[in-house]
Amino acid sequence: MKRYISDWNVLQTTRKRDVCLLRLGLGEEEGKAFPDVLPGQFVQVRVDNSPSTYLRRPISIHYTIQEEREIWLLVRIAGEGTKTIAETKAGGKLNLIYPLGNGFSMPENNVEQQKLLLVGGGVGAAPLLFLGKRLKESGYVPDFLLGGYSMENFFDNSQFEAIGRLFLTTEDGSGGTKGFVTDHPVLYEEKYDFIYACGPLPMMKSVARYAFARHIRCEVSLENTMACGIGACLCCVEKTGRGNVRTCIEGPVFNIVDLESWQN
Amino acid sequence: MAKLETDIGRLNLRNPVLAASGTFGYGLEYSDFVDFSQLGGIITKGTTIEPRQGNDYPRMAETPSGMLNAVGLQNGGAEQFVSDIYPSIKDIDTSIIVNVCGSTVEDYVSCAARIDTLEKIPAIELNISCPNVKQGGMAFGTNRESAAEVIRAVRRVYRKTLIVKLSPNVTDITLIARTAEEEGADAVSLINTLLGMAIDVDARRPVLSTITGGLSGACIKPVAVRMVWQTARAVKIPVIGIGGISSSRDALEFILAGATAVQIGAANFIDPEISVKVAGGIGEYLDRNGIDSVKDIIGAINS
Repeated sequence: MKRYISDWNVLQTTRKRDVCLLRLGLGEEEGKAFPDVLPGQFVQVRVDNSPSTYLRRPISIHYTIQEEREIWLLVRIAGEGTKTIAETKAGGKLNLIYPLGNGFSMPENNVEQQKLLLVGGGVGAAPLLFLGKRLKESGYVPDFLLGGYSMENFFDNSQFEAIGRLFLTTEDGSGGTKGFVTDHPVLYEEKYDFIYACGPLPMMKSVARYAFARHIRCEVSLENTMACGIGACLCCVEKTGRGNVRTCIEGPVFNIVDLESWQN
Repeated sequence: MAKLETDIGRLNLRNPVLAASGTFGYGLEYSDFVDFSQLGGIITKGTTIEPRQGNDYPRMAETPSGMLNAVGLQNGGAEQFVSDIYPSIKDIDTSIIVNVCGSTVEDYVSCAARIDTLEKIPAIELNISCPNVKQGGMAFGTNRESAAEVIRAVRRVYRKTLIVKLSPNVTDITLIARTAEEEGADAVSLINTLLGMAIDVDARRPVLSTITGGLSGACIKPVAVRMVWQTARAVKIPVIGIGGISSSRDALEFILAGATAVQIGAANFIDPEISVKVAGGIGEYLDRNGIDSVKDIIGAINS
């Protein structure tokens, strides 16, 4: 899959607490091809004007609108680098390397047999919107299970509800089921065939334990710290049955059966 | 147009800009971004005789204007390089130089001898300066006797251009550079990363799994320029400058300090096209200043 590097126009930014939605558009200039993007892939965003930030920031692709030449990023402000990205004003530009990583797999069997659950924690829900869209286009009706600290931490649930059923958990009990995603009753009422998870590591590990115990196919998206994002530096490796592999190339999406240290 | 070609021993480079080992994979990783024919050369990821899994994650910590890494020479070993990687890179239109490392003198010798058989590899860079391996690596490059021993042994089996990559983690880098020259190295390249450390104050733990790692990036440039200047005055063989180069002006600093060629390292991570931009910028500088050849400004500082 060909990768590109170019400046994107910041069309609109929407901030809610520590999360910012950036709508980025690729101009019509010559040579700027809009890429084929798979759900679960990411971009490397260059951080300009932030002296304390040296490296690009890997950000997963939240949504794409091919015909409008738009990519949406959902960025949680975790430090100076992501703060600088989130505070880029509409009308400004962001330099991206894209699209990177492997992306989630699509279910292989016939549609009727597949019950799909997309589990997100915090800003980890970001790639699940695009995944949900692609799954729906392929004839699936996925369920979403999203967890947050509080109802205020969910960015825009209506987009998920437009695709499939949405279940919520909050740690403070302000909405949905009180507790973590793995406390939600839907996990014990439904029998899922395929679970996709993205979010904090402890959340993904508990979802993986749930899936291992029931022999459910499960993919998780890891966010190991990266330098290059294009497979050269070997900084972001994850230990798998095939040895240390690059999260930026062989991942960020892994089938949990490949993550040997997760199986205990 | 000014002439950009430069010579490292018997190796003629199209221009003085090379991609540094460990930051450019085997070149192929950058094929969407770089026209290799615009590069002086590529130094491959460090290669050892046996495969290595490298160190545990986390292997990287971002630091002000730089980064620490502790990759630990993860690579598939010399045989995998020869059978799988070499066929796919041998026809890349630039000089491909293999970075060779090992835990023992015998490892270095076997690996260098294996690479010597590859027709399209005109040079090796002997890595006696990796700070991230428990045995070998930097241990060889911080001591004159052990440096002499490994360079001498490799020189005996390796017939093409031999570049020795030096560690900055020494009291006087010119002593190791002179040793390399005495033992028959065709060139020295410097600097490898500076030994450093970062701590996560919330977890009260080192960030890297190995506790310490190698510092690279823009922050090391002044140290590297100084060491290149010192080394270029101490040896007659060519010096290849490495350390924090992010622009053509940075590269020119090294050349003016005495470097015959330069390598771009961590800056490739921020801008994968940077190496070609640096080469172009050097040409523009020469043209603007009416200088015929890059060779004319090597070490040409007024002081």
